[in-house]
Amino acid sequence: MVDFGFGLVPSSRMNLDLFDKDKYEKLAAIEPDVRICMACGSCTAVCTAGKYSQTSLREAIEDIKNAKPDKALEMLRCCQLCGKCSMVCPRGINTRNLILSITKVYSSK
Amino acid sequence: MTPLNYILAVQAADPEVIDRIPSGYSHFVIPFTIGITFFLCWIGVGCVRLLAAIPRTDRLRFWKSLFIPKNIVKNLKDLFGDCLFHVKIWQRKPLLGYMHSAIAFGWFMIILLGHIEVALFVPARLNVTRGGLFYPIFYRYFVWMNPGHTTLRGSFFFFLMDFFLLYILTGIALAVFKRFRSIVLGMRHTTKPSLADRIALYSLWMIFPMRLLAESFTADLSGGSFLTVGVNHLWHFLFGEKLLFTPFWWAYSICLGLFFVAMPFSRYMHILTEVLWILLRNAGIKPHHPRKGVAEAEIYACSSCGLCLDACPMNVQKKNLKYSSVYFIRFLRRHNEKKINAIADKCLMCDKCHALCPVGVDAPALRRAQRITVNNSLPYEYSYLALAGTAGAAAGLRPYSAAAERGWTRPGPDSCPADTVVPEVLYFAGCMTHLTPRIIKAVEKVFKAAGVDYAFADREGGICCGRPLMLAGKTEAAAKVIEANKRMIEESGCKTLVLSCPICYKVFKEEYHFEGIKVVHYTQFINDLIASGKLQVSKSDEKIVYHDPCELGRGSNVYIEPRAALDKVGTLVKAAKEYDESVCCGGSLGSLTLDNRDRAKITEASLDNLLVNDPDTIVTACPLCLKTFSETVSNSKHLLTDVKVKDFAEMI
Ligand code: SF4
Ligand code: SF4
Ligand code: SF4
Ligand code: SF4
Repeated sequence: MVDFGFGLVPSSRMNLDLFDKDKYEKLAAIEPDVRICMACGSCTAVCTAGKYSQTSLREAIEDIKNAKPDKALEMLRCCQLCGKCSMVCPRGINTRNLILSITKVYSSK
Repeated sequence: MTPLNYILAVQAADPEVIDRIPSGYSHFVIPFTIGITFFLCWIGVGCVRLLAAIPRTDRLRFWKSLFIPKNIVKNLKDLFGDCLFHVKIWQRKPLLGYMHSAIAFGWFMIILLGHIEVALFVPARLNVTRGGLFYPIFYRYFVWMNPGHTTLRGSFFFFLMDFFLLYILTGIALAVFKRFRSIVLGMRHTTKPSLADRIALYSLWMIFPMRLLAESFTADLSGGSFLTVGVNHLWHFLFGEKLLFTPFWWAYSICLGLFFVAMPFSRYMHILTEVLWILLRNAGIKPHHPRKGVAEAEIYACSSCGLCLDACPMNVQKKNLKYSSVYFIRFLRRHNEKKINAIADKCLMCDKCHALCPVGVDAPALRRAQRITVNNSLPYEYSYLALAGTAGAAAGLRPYSAAAERGWTRPGPDSCPADTVVPEVLYFAGCMTHLTPRIIKAVEKVFKAAGVDYAFADREGGICCGRPLMLAGKTEAAAKVIEANKRMIEESGCKTLVLSCPICYKVFKEEYHFEGIKVVHYTQFINDLIASGKLQVSKSDEKIVYHDPCELGRGSNVYIEPRAALDKVGTLVKAAKEYDESVCCGGSLGSLTLDNRDRAKITEASLDNLLVNDPDTIVTACPLCLKTFSETVSNSKHLLTDVKVKDFAEMI
């Protein structure tokens, strides 16, 4: 088939019924800072991995809250834990532990 | 019970020492013999088990290291210095050092001299089948000094034995005192002892007073010197002619027996494990697991002395005391997985406890090993590192073709196409330095002033050095990052790699294993520039205090060069604690779970430490410290100081 350069945008529908409250609470117990993110995006702006890949802590946190944990994991799997995001976060979030904790909590089925 | 021996007539025979009890046995030795037998079996099995848990190659290396002359010298030096004299504690707290060395060295000498005495006077008794296990320990009970036949040699031993007994007793007295008033010896915090610790401790305290009692009660028969004979006279004065001494020998034996049975379960096991640990450490064997093999020797070598409590920067807050190394090690021993992880993740990895530990226990390394067990298996996806390399999106990540294409720009107006020239010097700024562009600016300014021919590897941004991943326990992922960086740098053909971040510096130096490329930190590089006259600097009377970044000072042993250079541009003043005792800025990437507020407390403590001599400027050589300090100084309301925070390169 000829590729006309068009495609379907993946659905951006959210189903908040799928939100896994248990896991979120578990995450918040390990790293309470997840609750105070204000989605400013500073972390993404400086991200070392973000320069070469789709990596964004801001988006990951949003994805979790929007019941898309798999997407969140995808947003973090390239992270090099360099810590730049924690240096710029205006909320003083302990980003590295948050990233590790999200990976731990959500990649276990 | 009438002691038999008083009936013995003075014999005219020549020997200096006569077997008072020809069988060489008395019931009171039983407690001790049981204790020591149990103890020796325990150690024997323990050693075999421990060595069996070490990977084969390491084990071979260990045996070999025991025969390398250089190593033998080091082993002996460390064994005497650390186990017997406790030199490291002496340096820090003389009174505490005296206490430890009195007990360790004094006891060692008493055992040694006791055996020599037996070997000299009744050599047959050294044989295990003839009581060799206990005879030398209770030598004084079994023999009778032939009055009038004491030789100089005999008296000499009497004197030494009494002397060392007194020496130990002073140490014990201090120890008892310390238990009750630890503050006097200069320790803010002491650790809480467990049950076995307590049994071992109290029996240890009792052993030597009992020995004094027992020996002094028999001193008129078996001989003695200033101490035992003196006390013996006192007993005769109090209790008359005949002394009932057997109960004291029983008590002495029971104390010893109790101590040896409790010892394997108490912190005092460190006295012996330390020996093994020193041998392993000097053989250069690193732990692969937080609890097995080498690590086992290491955690049982910890004496729970608590010096790491005072060392740890986290302990500016009392609630963080529980995260100190001494507790970490205790929980490792007890297999308390939950607490182990909590403590392992909290630590800043500033390495201070390791630097100050009298036995050289590398608790931060054990924490890393523990983090590996948890985090190494977490999923990651780094294929983009290679992608970045071929697509050329990343500066420096593509195969070597031309330096210009790689985005490496050379300074100067006559910026020639750089592809023909291989840069002599490569500057790698790293993530953290990119967050503090003032450092990059200052470094480039210095390089230009000194006419350095350099290329800037990650001007357009690079990838991480891998150290943060290693600190977090993701070693496998770190290896990928390291590989990508290594390729990039080797292909550049540079001879010298200059780093402005101590975190990068440490990992580049230790993990990259470059051949033919010198890895230097910019403080070293700039100091060389000044020393060789390529860079002219002028001295001002600005009062500077230099902060040793953890990864640069304790981590990589760079203390002298930055100070040498700073000394040429200003007046260095001292901080309260410097060099290997410097206090972490609190911004360390080592800690995973320490939150912002706790970090702020550490930063304040660290600043207080730097400000004691009222400097105009705090200089540091790490982008992370710089950022942490300058943010705190500019925000803080209560610090009430107009001190400036500058980077090393800005100062030059
Ligand atoms: S730690 Fe991870 S998410 Fe944060 S800046 Fe570094 S690479 Fe990006
Ligand atoms: S910088 Fe901090 S507050 Fe802003 S989006 Fe990232 S995590 Fe959230
Ligand atoms: S780790 Fe070292 S400093 Fe800490 S208690 Fe043990 S022996 Fe002492
Ligand atoms: S490495 Fe530093 S922060 Fe960690 S326990 Fe040791 S002294 Fe404390």
